[in-house]
Amino acid sequence: MSLNIIVLAKQVPDTRNVGKDAMKADGTINRAALPAIFNPEDLNALEQALKLKELHPGSKVTILTMGPARAAEIIREGMFRGADGGIVLSDRAFAGSDTLATSYALSAAVRKIGNFDIIIGGRQAIDGDTAQVGPQIAEKLGIPQITYAEDILSVDNGEITVKRRIESGVETVKAKLPLVVTVNGSAAECRPRNAKAVQKYKYAAVPSEVAADESRKEFIEKRPYLNIGEWNASTVDADLAQCGLAGSPTKVKSIENVVFTAKEARRIENNDEELENLIKELIANHTIG
Amino acid sequence: MADKNNLIVYCEYEDGKVADVSLELLTKGRQLADKLGIKLEAVVAGDNLKDIEKQIFPYGVDTVYKFEDSRLYPYTSLPHSSILINLFKEIEPRIAFMGATSIGRDLGPRVSSALHSGLTADCTSLEIGDYTDVKTGKEYKDLLYQIRPAFGGNIVATIVNPDCRPQMATVREGVMKKEAKDSNYSGEVVVKEVNKYTNPEDFVVDIIDRHVEKSKVNLKGSPIIVAGGYGVGSKENFDLLQQLADTLGAEVGASRAAVDAGWCDHDRQIGQTGVTVRPKLYIACGISGQIQHIAGMQDSSIIISVNSDPDAPINTIADYVITGKIEDVLPKLIKYYKKNSK
Repeated sequence: MSLNIIVLAKQVPDTRNVGKDAMKADGTINRAALPAIFNPEDLNALEQALKLKELHPGSKVTILTMGPARAAEIIREGMFRGADGGIVLSDRAFAGSDTLATSYALSAAVRKIGNFDIIIGGRQAIDGDTAQVGPQIAEKLGIPQITYAEDILSVDNGEITVKRRIESGVETVKAKLPLVVTVNGSAAECRPRNAKAVQKYKYAAVPSEVAADESRKEFIEKRPYLNIGEWNASTVDADLAQCGLAGSPTKVKSIENVVFTAKEARRIENNDEELENLIKELIANHTIG
Repeated sequence: MADKNNLIVYCEYEDGKVADVSLELLTKGRQLADKLGIKLEAVVAGDNLKDIEKQIFPYGVDTVYKFEDSRLYPYTSLPHSSILINLFKEIEPRIAFMGATSIGRDLGPRVSSALHSGLTADCTSLEIGDYTDVKTGKEYKDLLYQIRPAFGGNIVATIVNPDCRPQMATVREGVMKKEAKDSNYSGEVVVKEVNKYTNPEDFVVDIIDRHVEKSKVNLKGSPIIVAGGYGVGSKENFDLLQQLADTLGAEVGASRAAVDAGWCDHDRQIGQTGVTVRPKLYIACGISGQIQHIAGMQDSSIIISVNSDPDAPINTIADYVITGKIEDVLPKLIKYYKKNSK
C-alpha cells in the first residue's frame, strides 16, 4: 500500500550553541547571529517518513512548513534527502502566532493537501520547546496522535505500530490511520543528502524566489518537480480571526534577560596545592567523603 | 456540582501512587488558590484507583474528580483528553495544571486546542498578577503569570492568557517543591461516569506492549553531581567526569549541548528541558551557563565551576571557580580526593 505522508518541519534559529553576540544590549535576540537550521527532531521525523517510503513503494513524502519564503531552504534540504516536494505556508497574517494559531494554520494547510495517511513531525522545535503543535493539529483534524515516537515499526492494513520512548520506559502502540506521529530526538538520525537528489533538486524554489531571479523562470517552468508550493492564508481558506496574534489565546506579557544573583566566587588556581586544599576543605565540611 | 472557576490539577497515577510532579503542582496550586480565594481541585483518571484521594487530600485539595475504568490505564491520548475537555466544559476551571511529562505534554495541547484555551509548556515559575493589554488598554486582574525560559533558554518570558479559560500550564518534575499542607485535610470525592465523558471511538489506540524501565539514573536524589557541558570537548574527556563521579560517589549529569553532542544520554540532561536538581555539591565542568541549564541547578548548595574560560557566565553563580582544562583539573581532583579521603 503506498502512503501519502506529510512531514511537518520548521526552520529554526540554532539556539543550542548561542554565543555571546546572540543577545543585543537591549536584551532582544540578535537573530542575525544565529544560523537558521532544520529543526533537529523534524529531521528525525523525516527519516521515519523516508523509511516508510522505502518500505511502501509509490509513497509520497511532502514537507509542510510555516515561515517566511526563506524556509524553502529546509524543503530543498528535505528533497536532497529523499522527500518528493513541499509547501511553504507563508503570510504576514500568521505573524505572532502562538502554538494554537500555528496549529490552526498548519491544519488548514493539511486539509488543503487533502489526501494523507500519516502526518509526521518532530516532537518539538528547539526555539520554543513546547511540543504542542503536533497534538494540536491532531485535535483540529479530529484524528489520533502518537507522541514521543522512537520508531515506526510498521504500517499494515491501515494500522500503524509505533515504539514510543517515555520516562517510564518503552511502549509499543497500535492505531488506525490517519493520524499524527511526533518523533523524539532519540529516534534514528536522518540519512544524509543523496548526490543524485541534490543534482535533481538544487534549483527547486518557491514562486517568490523564482520571481526574484527571472533567469530561473524558464528552466523551472519546464521542470514542474522543481516547484515548491507557496501558500498563504487565503490559499488554505484560513479564518483570519484564528490566525496570528488575533488567534492566539496566550500573550507575551514581558521578556527578560535573567540576571542571576552573583555570588562572590572564590578563585582556585589550577595548581596542586590549591586543588588539594579545596578537596581537604570539602571533606572537612562534609560536602564530600 | 455548581462549583466553578477553581484551580484544578490533573494527577498522574502509576503503581498505586500519585506522581511526584502532580503533588508538586498541588502544592503550588494550593498557594495560588489561597491567593485567589478559590478551591483547589484534582482530577485523576485510571484503573484501580482505590482510595487514591487519601494521597491527594493532604495537599489541601477540596474536590477530587475520579474517573475509573480499566481502559483508562495505561494512559492513551484520546480518552484522557475527552475526559478533561468535557469536565472542563462542565466545571469551567480558572486555572489547570499538569505535569510536563510525556503524558501531560501529550494531553495538554490536545485539551487546549479543543477548548481554545492557552497553554504554556514547561513553566519554571507560576505567579498571580495583573495585566494591561497594550493595544486595547484593557485591564485584567489576577491572571496567572506563566513564566518560562524561551528561545533555547536564552530569555525568560512571562506569558498570560487574558481572555480564554482555563489558563493552562505544564511544569516539569522537580521544579516546584512538594509539601503537604495538612494530613487531616479532607475534601469531597466526586466519582464520575467514564462513558458520559468519553466516546467509544476514543479507544482506538491500543497499547500492545509496555516495558517499564526503572531509570538507572537518579540525578534528583544524588547529593553530588558532576556535570559536563560542551566545553568538555570530547567523549574521552566525558569519561573523566565519570571517573570523578565514581570516586566521589556522585552521579554524572550534562547540559543540553553535551547531550546533543552525543557525549551523554538524554536522561542525564539537567536544565529547563531536562531534570531540575538541588544537590549538596554541583561540579560544573566545561559548562558555559546558559539560562536553560542554570534554571535546573541554581539551587545547588555549593557550585564548583571548572572552565577554561575565566569569564564563563556560570562563574557568576559559582562558589568556587577553577580556571583550567578538564583533562588537567579533574585527574588532580581525583588524585587528591583519594589521598585525603581516608
